[in-house]
Amino acid sequence: MKIIVCIKQVPDTKGGVKFNPDGTLDRGAMLAIMNPDDKAGLEAALRLKDQYGAEVTVLTMGLPKAADALREALAMGADKAVLVTDRVLGGADTWATSTTIAGAIRNLDYDLIITGRQAIDGDTAQVGPQIAEHLQIPVISYAQEIKVDGNKVTVKRMYDDRYHMVEAQMPCLITALSELNEPRYMTPGGIFDACKAEITTWGRADLKDVDDSNIGLAGSPTKIARASDKVRKGAGEKFVPESPADAVDIIVGKLKEKHVI
Amino acid sequence: MDFSLSKEHEMARQLFKDFAEKEVKPLAQEIDEAHRFPRETVDKLAKYGFLGIPVAKEFGGQGCDVLTYAMCVEEMSKVCGTTGVIVSAHTSLCLDPIMTFGTPEQKEKFAKPLAKGEKLGAFGLTEPGAGTDAQGQQTKAVLDGDEWVLNGSKCFITNGKEADVYVIFAVTGKIEKRGKFMKEISAFIVEKGTPGFTFGTKENKMGICASSTYELIFTDCRIPKENLLGQQGKGFNIAMHTLDGGRIGIAAQALGIAEGALETTIAYVKERKQFGKTIAQQQNTQFQLADMATKVEAAKLLVYKAAAKKDEYTKNPKISYSVEAAMAKLYAAEVAMEVTTKCVQLHGGYGYIKEYGVERMMRDAKITEIYEGTSEVQRMVISANLLK
Repeated sequence: MKIIVCIKQVPDTKGGVKFNPDGTLDRGAMLAIMNPDDKAGLEAALRLKDQYGAEVTVLTMGLPKAADALREALAMGADKAVLVTDRVLGGADTWATSTTIAGAIRNLDYDLIITGRQAIDGDTAQVGPQIAEHLQIPVISYAQEIKVDGNKVTVKRMYDDRYHMVEAQMPCLITALSELNEPRYMTPGGIFDACKAEITTWGRADLKDVDDSNIGLAGSPTKIARASDKVRKGAGEKFVPESPADAVDIIVGKLKEKHVI
Repeated sequence: MDFSLSKEHEMARQLFKDFAEKEVKPLAQEIDEAHRFPRETVDKLAKYGFLGIPVAKEFGGQGCDVLTYAMCVEEMSKVCGTTGVIVSAHTSLCLDPIMTFGTPEQKEKFAKPLAKGEKLGAFGLTEPGAGTDAQGQQTKAVLDGDEWVLNGSKCFITNGKEADVYVIFAVTGKIEKRGKFMKEISAFIVEKGTPGFTFGTKENKMGICASSTYELIFTDCRIPKENLLGQQGKGFNIAMHTLDGGRIGIAAQALGIAEGALETTIAYVKERKQFGKTIAQQQNTQFQLADMATKVEAAKLLVYKAAAKKDEYTKNPKISYSVEAAMAKLYAAEVAMEVTTKCVQLHGGYGYIKEYGVERMMRDAKITEIYEGTSEVQRMVISANLLK
């Protein structure tokens, strides 16, 4: 079985988000990590490899330093790594990104593609399903369990209040939730090998069946008007209910006021 | 001269840091208070290859260098001195002599499972009447047919009851040296479960409380002839070589303890307010932190230099890293003791309370000035080299 895992290097939002004066993200000032949902997707692929035997290729699009995320994936146990990097690909939105990644994947053999549900820097959850659309293969999103049987995959797809068991023929694409598993650590030996490993690097010219009008900033239909950090919440309102019944009335009243119920 | 770490070492440090924060730190206080050996942590250390870092892949190890191993001990010790010494005693004191002096069969049989972490290792040199003075050894080994018969005891053995494989030193005869008779010492590999090999008292210690420190007792303990490690009579050299490496591990442990205490204290002094301002705003605190950070950095350079020298030794066994290891251990241990004591002081009353962690670090730091050669022994090693 051949599995491709798409990963993204994202700024670690744990220490707060930092912006450039022009409102864009100051990626240089923030620690770069592998996107958590993608890491869960990689772990899922590595478990399939442990269980059934598979070749796991990690693929990312980004700046040359995104190779660090690929090396981490190799140190965790991935077999091959592909970096798609080119100036003309910069400034891509989800459409241009998925077009680019699909163009790279067309060069590879695969049975299964796993992506994270969404990246913590954009939170769109669009790239995975769009890649499947470009490649004309089925997609199962929000996977919390993945089982493989012959050329079929069975996936537990999570919703807020229920789950669906979905079966699909391979090749297909699955988007993974960070709740899917607890990703393994790298090993020290894995790190030493990963640092010596060759990372396949592709540019614009290596993308297959991709039109120039669909890549980079120019090929991105999304226009960002403004970006900002999460607005800090105020201290809130404090109530001192006289009885439990009073407390219920206050809470239900507030929920109605906010049109939650 | 380049002081920056390579990409490999940067990534390895991040790995050890993440692991220590997530897997080791949450247990540190509890296992210290309960004097409980953290078997669950050892299983995780094994799973991720942390118990065979400087061992070649063909022997089940990770194929990394001594610096990577030292950084592992350092990062574990930042949050838990016990976990640091479990890794150090296993790797430096048991795996290393088997890898250095063992036959191909011994490496296959003993080093491989040790490096994979399937088994845990320990080292027995110290006896009630023989610590620094190895000539005081009383444990004897006599060859009887195809077996060596061991009688005697070893004390203060780290990983004592929890280990599976032990490197043990015993007297195998007498040799004449410059007209004087001296004890001939040899090294052996003894497996747990060998009839005649039992455990005595569990030591109740000041620090590294979760480490399993036991007396080992050998009563007509028969081990196969092929478990002699290295040549007969070369035990003293094997012990000294092993301790040179072990000192790098303990120096890394001491460094980690000092760094852990300093990090904890920096966070604390920014929070704690007295006389209307944080104690970090007091000049006394600032100067103390500056002095401590400078000493910790100096200790780190000595430890990393000793580790790099041992790496050089693996490529060129003609060189010695004994002085570098002694300097690193001497300095890092004394810095650890000084820094942890000052960190307790900067915490004031809270520093004396177990919940705040620095109290444990101060108790853990003390042993680094004592085991694997006291600070006085390190001074002997260093000065002997100066005056030879």
